[in-house]
Amino acid sequence: MRDFEYFEPASVNEAVALLAKYKKEAKILAGGTDVMVKLKHDFIRPKYVINIGAIPTLNYIDFDHGKELRIGALTTMRTLSESAKLVKTYPVICQAASQLGNPAIRNVATLGGNLCNASPAADSAPALIGLSAKAKIAGPDGERIIPLENFFSGPHSNVLKAGEILTEIQAPVPQANTKGVYLKCGARGVADLAIVGVAIIATIEAKSKVCSDIKIVLGSVAPTPVRAKKAEESIKGQKITEALIDESAQIAASEARPITDQRSSAEYRKTLVKVYVKRALRELA
Amino acid sequence: MKQDITLKINGETYEVRIKPSETLLEVLRDKLGLTGTKEGCDTGKCGACTVLIEGKAVRSCLTLAITARDKEITTIEGLARGAELHPIQQAFVDYGALQCGFCTPGMIMISNAFLEENPDPTEKEIREALIGNICRCTGYVKIVEAIQASAKAMHQAK
Repeated sequence: MRDFEYFEPASVNEAVALLAKYKKEAKILAGGTDVMVKLKHDFIRPKYVINIGAIPTLNYIDFDHGKELRIGALTTMRTLSESAKLVKTYPVICQAASQLGNPAIRNVATLGGNLCNASPAADSAPALIGLSAKAKIAGPDGERIIPLENFFSGPHSNVLKAGEILTEIQAPVPQANTKGVYLKCGARGVADLAIVGVAIIATIEAKSKVCSDIKIVLGSVAPTPVRAKKAEESIKGQKITEALIDESAQIAASEARPITDQRSSAEYRKTLVKVYVKRALRELA
Repeated sequence: MKQDITLKINGETYEVRIKPSETLLEVLRDKLGLTGTKEGCDTGKCGACTVLIEGKAVRSCLTLAITARDKEITTIEGLARGAELHPIQQAFVDYGALQCGFCTPGMIMISNAFLEENPDPTEKEIREALIGNICRCTGYVKIVEAIQASAKAMHQAK
């Protein structure tokens, strides 16, 4: 790999100062499972690598009954997948985290890294977007909070400005009778990127069985993770029947804008969207 | 640009002079002569470079050596006690769980970490644990059998 200067800031403020100083010549390093690959392939050539992995204040899962969930950006996929706190109220987050990569990758890969790398296939994104999560960002001008859905601006591109760092992901308390599922189609474990990822979070009233709220979020089928909003509208306010599942899955597939690449063809991805949306809806109904 | 760091590997302390851009894999193999850990893909996909840092399996090819300083690192060289193989190593030998042997150190290291946390696994759990380690020779059957046998042996030893 090319040489670089290396820093280990001990706090978010130190990291922000370094990033503001070096701007595009700096790259944040956390778990390294994406950045190190890019460095080796020479896709990125930073002069300064800023290892934030040792910042003690960014690794946490804060959840109390009735309060919103807060996850520190350095929380690893392993921690998320095994969290007893999360599995009770936000099991879809555990499910998504557990499907990323393989055990050795999950031991070091961070939530912040997965989101900031901003692959359209990012495994942690669809479920969190479906949960209406927000991203807390620290920068030279202070903090800002934006909907996670607006965090991605294109393939491998996020809205962070020079000097900014993602510090936390927040999720509201789910409404009663809300369940979620994240299904991923991909070669398992090694060449692991999702060919298609589907997260569905649905609120289904206990007595009437009417779906009062639903979010359908698709990964790997557009430049960023996307909501299948027309499919959502086709279900909202209805009981989820087999016929509706079929129809909505078809609509979701039409909302996907996949490309053809070495993992799959656009046409097959559209087919997979239909299949996986159906499976997810059946699980939730 | 070069820095002197201390690496604690298999209970021994090594002083090395490294550049920040050197990976732990490179330092283990090229500077310290610990060539048991293998370079397969060098991009984190194949698992041949697996070592343990504070008991957790990691890809040494994706780890900057400088980030591993002062932490307990375990490589394949650290498992045997003199001439006595670790139960997992012995099981791999007994069950014929290796052919070319290139994936073997990585397989044994990931199995070691896994069995420490999950001492009585199902076959499904074993295969899930190995999902990040590629073997081109064996078809994995003997590897899984060896790990099942290791679990029993390690359980009995306790």
